[in-house]
Amino acid sequence: MLSDNRIKAPVQDGVVNQLVQASKVQDWDPSAMLDNLSFLEQKIHQLQDLVHLIIGRKGQVLGRPDELVVQQQQLVTADLTSIIVQLISTAGSLLPSGKHTLPAATPSLEQSGQFGGVVFPSAQGPLNDGFQPQNAGGSKVSGLPNSVDISRKNGNEQNHIIEEHELKDEEDVEEGESLIPGTYEILQLEKEEILAPHTHFCTICGKGFKRDANLRMHMRGHGDEYKTPGALAKPNKESGSEPTIIKRYSCPYTGCKRNKDHKKFQPLKTILCVKNHYKRTHCDKSYICSRCNTKKFSVIADLKTHEKHCGKDKWLCSCGTTFSRKDKLFGHIALFQGHTPAIPLEEAKAPAGPSDQGDGNQSTNKVGSMNFNFSSNVSSESEVQSSTDIKGSIDDPAGYFSPLSFDTCNFGGFHEFPRPPFDDSESSLAFLLSGSCNYPQKSED
Amino acid sequence: METSMEFQSKKKHHHHPLSPHSSSNPFDILTEEIVCKILDHLHDDPSAIKSFSLSCKSFYSIESRHRLTLRPLRAELLPRTFHRYPFISHLDLSLCPRVDDPTLNVISSTWKATLRSINLSRSRFFTNAGLSSLFVNCSGLVEVDLSNATQLTDLAASAIAEAKNLERLSLARCKLITDMGIGCIAVGCRKLKSLCLKWCLRVGDLGVELIALKCKQIRSLDLSYLPITEKCLDSVLQLQHLEDLVLEGCHGIDDDGLSTLEQSCKSLKMINLSNCQNVTHTGLSSLINGTEQLQQIILAYGSSVTSDLAKCLHTYSKLQSIKLDGCIITWSGIKAMACLRAPIKELSFSKCLGLTDDGLSFLVQSHKDLRKLDITCCRKITYTSIDSITSSCTSLISLRMESCSLVSKEAFVLIGERCSFLEELDATDNEIDDEGLKSVSRCSKLSILKLGICPNISDVGLAKVGSCCSQLKELDLYRATAVSDSGIAAIANGCPALEMINIAYNDKITDKSLMSLSKCWMLKALEIRGCLGVSSIGLSAIAVGCKQLTVLDVKKCFNVNDSGMLPLAQFSQNLKQINLSYCSVTDVGLVALASLSRLQNMTILHLAGLTPNGLAAALLACRALTKVKLHASFRPLLSQSILGYIEAHGCIFHWRDKAFQKEMDPKGWKLHFGKSGSEVP
Repeated sequence: MLSDNRIKAPVQDGVVNQLVQASKVQDWDPSAMLDNLSFLEQKIHQLQDLVHLIIGRKGQVLGRPDELVVQQQQLVTADLTSIIVQLISTAGSLLPSGKHTLPAATPSLEQSGQFGGVVFPSAQGPLNDGFQPQNAGGSKVSGLPNSVDISRKNGNEQNHIIEEHELKDEEDVEEGESLIPGTYEILQLEKEEILAPHTHFCTICGKGFKRDANLRMHMRGHGDEYKTPGALAKPNKESGSEPTIIKRYSCPYTGCKRNKDHKKFQPLKTILCVKNHYKRTHCDKSYICSRCNTKKFSVIADLKTHEKHCGKDKWLCSCGTTFSRKDKLFGHIALFQGHTPAIPLEEAKAPAGPSDQGDGNQSTNKVGSMNFNFSSNVSSESEVQSSTDIKGSIDDPAGYFSPLSFDTCNFGGFHEFPRPPFDDSESSLAFLLSGSCNYPQKSED
Repeated sequence: METSMEFQSKKKHHHHPLSPHSSSNPFDILTEEIVCKILDHLHDDPSAIKSFSLSCKSFYSIESRHRLTLRPLRAELLPRTFHRYPFISHLDLSLCPRVDDPTLNVISSTWKATLRSINLSRSRFFTNAGLSSLFVNCSGLVEVDLSNATQLTDLAASAIAEAKNLERLSLARCKLITDMGIGCIAVGCRKLKSLCLKWCLRVGDLGVELIALKCKQIRSLDLSYLPITEKCLDSVLQLQHLEDLVLEGCHGIDDDGLSTLEQSCKSLKMINLSNCQNVTHTGLSSLINGTEQLQQIILAYGSSVTSDLAKCLHTYSKLQSIKLDGCIITWSGIKAMACLRAPIKELSFSKCLGLTDDGLSFLVQSHKDLRKLDITCCRKITYTSIDSITSSCTSLISLRMESCSLVSKEAFVLIGERCSFLEELDATDNEIDDEGLKSVSRCSKLSILKLGICPNISDVGLAKVGSCCSQLKELDLYRATAVSDSGIAAIANGCPALEMINIAYNDKITDKSLMSLSKCWMLKALEIRGCLGVSSIGLSAIAVGCKQLTVLDVKKCFNVNDSGMLPLAQFSQNLKQINLSYCSVTDVGLVALASLSRLQNMTILHLAGLTPNGLAAALLACRALTKVKLHASFRPLLSQSILGYIEAHGCIFHWRDKAFQKEMDPKGWKLHFGKSGSEVP
């Protein structure tokens, strides 16, 4: 459950987050700094490679060259931005007070929406072979031009498909719904209400209650018709068949696409959707699977679903992706050149190679100052990594440090902190981009 | 190719008449190229190559460098060859029951650059580690036979996947390999052209489908007895070069599934749907729809042959061979087959109980180009059919008609008169007599003649065969009880190419027969079970004369004793398999036999004079043994450590608990002669 300071800061989470970190990292740790710097060095090298690649491909661009150039620019910009973020945060460990200025540029909603479009192509980039399949395995991402469409979807969608079966819920189902704005009533619960362990919800305002009796008492406030003894006694039968206004719900988190102030606002259908959405997207994943000790969930039902399948994901590809079904693995292998079924080695061989990898991962975890939560990717990535470890060989080491592989490193330190709710990757970087970058992609809408 | 290598100490005693330095060496004027050409012509006779390399140092080194193929007798001998033969590209380890990982490691580092093909189908004790080093080092490997490697798991399959240049792979009976392993191979071995997955029971649709998706070069695919369905066939049929498709015993494939197929394979030449009971003409027609190149179709033990099925085949103008063994054949089906416009060359109706004279006669009249016909156990066939066959199909090369019991003896006269190109005749368990045999002997190209359980043939007929059929290689006279020494003598004199003869259960045969057969220096297999008139004297003559002897069965030759074993041990260096059950051989004879360096397979039940100690000594001395059949009573008498040691060398013991049979004819063969020909002891 959430800590106090999270609840007190419903909107300015970013600021709080930064402050919390700033206070935590005031005692400077040179070895962490070194880790950060070497990590940055790697990033820059990769970016260099990417730019090389772009130069190399210039000659053979067919079709719509303009768009491609734009996308390449975005790609580079996105990476540069990430590097700047890192650099600043590294520097921030020495100058804690400097951080206050950073979040000043509040995330603009449009940009956060777009950022997904920018980020995603880079994840499809050539340097990123290792993780390509996870993106393309289930969603029909065929090439760069599609990325904008994907960015419109729920943030979860562009995370790894592995989680697909776990996160399928009402929340995702309503993608196709297109209600004309104004034809429905938007309700927004406060996060305290969302996170309260309620089971009875007011159909009018959505407020939740632990007991139905309390709900009925509450209902009196909504009008005299609820004050009749019949209404108060037992809600056996629906009182009236009055023309009910369609109710939709808004996420209280500012900047979220599910928030009514978002430009491309997509309302949530039910209170349950709100609850699940809020927990999944803006809350800690405090439920850890006791079997694999890797997967984390914020909704206990998700954990239960996962635990049903945990350990059964035995179908492993050489790229590290696991599948719960053999046919899914074979479909994946049929699709991607060079991927091959991974046969688990005998115990003796298994830990040899990957232990280094694991250690490296650990050391990055300790970098407290780089406490950027890049969304729920974290849990799935760490799963992927651990499963790759089992296999013992990594086809494409670059995959670990792909152009946007900040999220591949599990900045796990933050679980020790009372972490304020944070947005997904889109807006967490967007606040940095807001001032400096102006994406032409905006015009496409 | 057979036993092309031998490692005997004899060469030490060999003298070199031609010193390389002597100027009188006439071979000095020959270039190495010419010598190699000569060497290439010596492949028919394995001992010739050996003599060649022993003749002088320069020949020795030429042979060493020229040799590409190696079939070592035992894996322990391999280290000696590493230095001698640096350019081996084809390594056949089928004589080495034990090939462990260190052996594979050395092989793979020695012939790293040259090895193209390796046969491990009869070897055990290696694991995925050894295979891994083999495939990583020998990147030129094109052909690998890993059949019967029942110990191999998916890890081995992922090792195979390292062989990027592999074109031919057999994994028959690799029962532990699953779709995952096959998936690795599919991804790794993109150049595969031929793949056998027979009896890989854990491989299903997913694995096969991935093979079809990734290995686009596949020509030949054997999927027999796999639990597959039509799901993988769509991908398989999309293979552009697929020629041979074997789906024997794939019970998951049925008409309903096949009807959903959308693909057709234009390149397909052979399809085998044997034992697919759930496939009828509808399934077949959707499977072979559009395969214009189809040449051979095998539907043995499948659904009944109706006119619908036969009509499926009408469009295939290149069809040459149809095998319908064990199918129920209807009259309408035969009629429709007669209307096929393709010139059929090969027909097989073995055990087609419904085949009648009318049907067969009608059929052969419209397929006069027939070369091979198999009507084994078609028990309704009479003289009429043979009359039609012989008058229509005069270019017949092979006729197999075992147990066509209603065919009269006159029919065989017709065969000889009309089918003079015959090379193979199986008349086992038939009424053929000397007149018929005389007529058959007109077929001067006759190479295989089977006259088992033909009590009506005698020395007269055989004499004619001996004088006319000089190319005879295989003669079966099992229970042809009227034959005696003079008949065998005529064969031995007239058929110098004879490689295999069976004279079992004939009490007229004596040592004289064996003495005359000792002239057949090509003889490889001799079976004289239950010939009471045969003794060690005759056997000695065989041992001395027939140096190529590989298989010997003297079961129930009570007069064969140790003195017959001693010459065998001395001369029959090629002997691989022997059955000595019921013989009067003792420890002495058996221990003597143990010196045969190639002896792999021994059946030694009820040897009266055998003691546990003698047996243990023989087993320990026999280093090449792979299979020994012993009476179960010996099991507790032999020390476990000795058994364990021998088994560790790759030998498998078969313990039999058969009671001692006193009578020669316990099943009453003499009473039911010719009436129940199927039972062969």
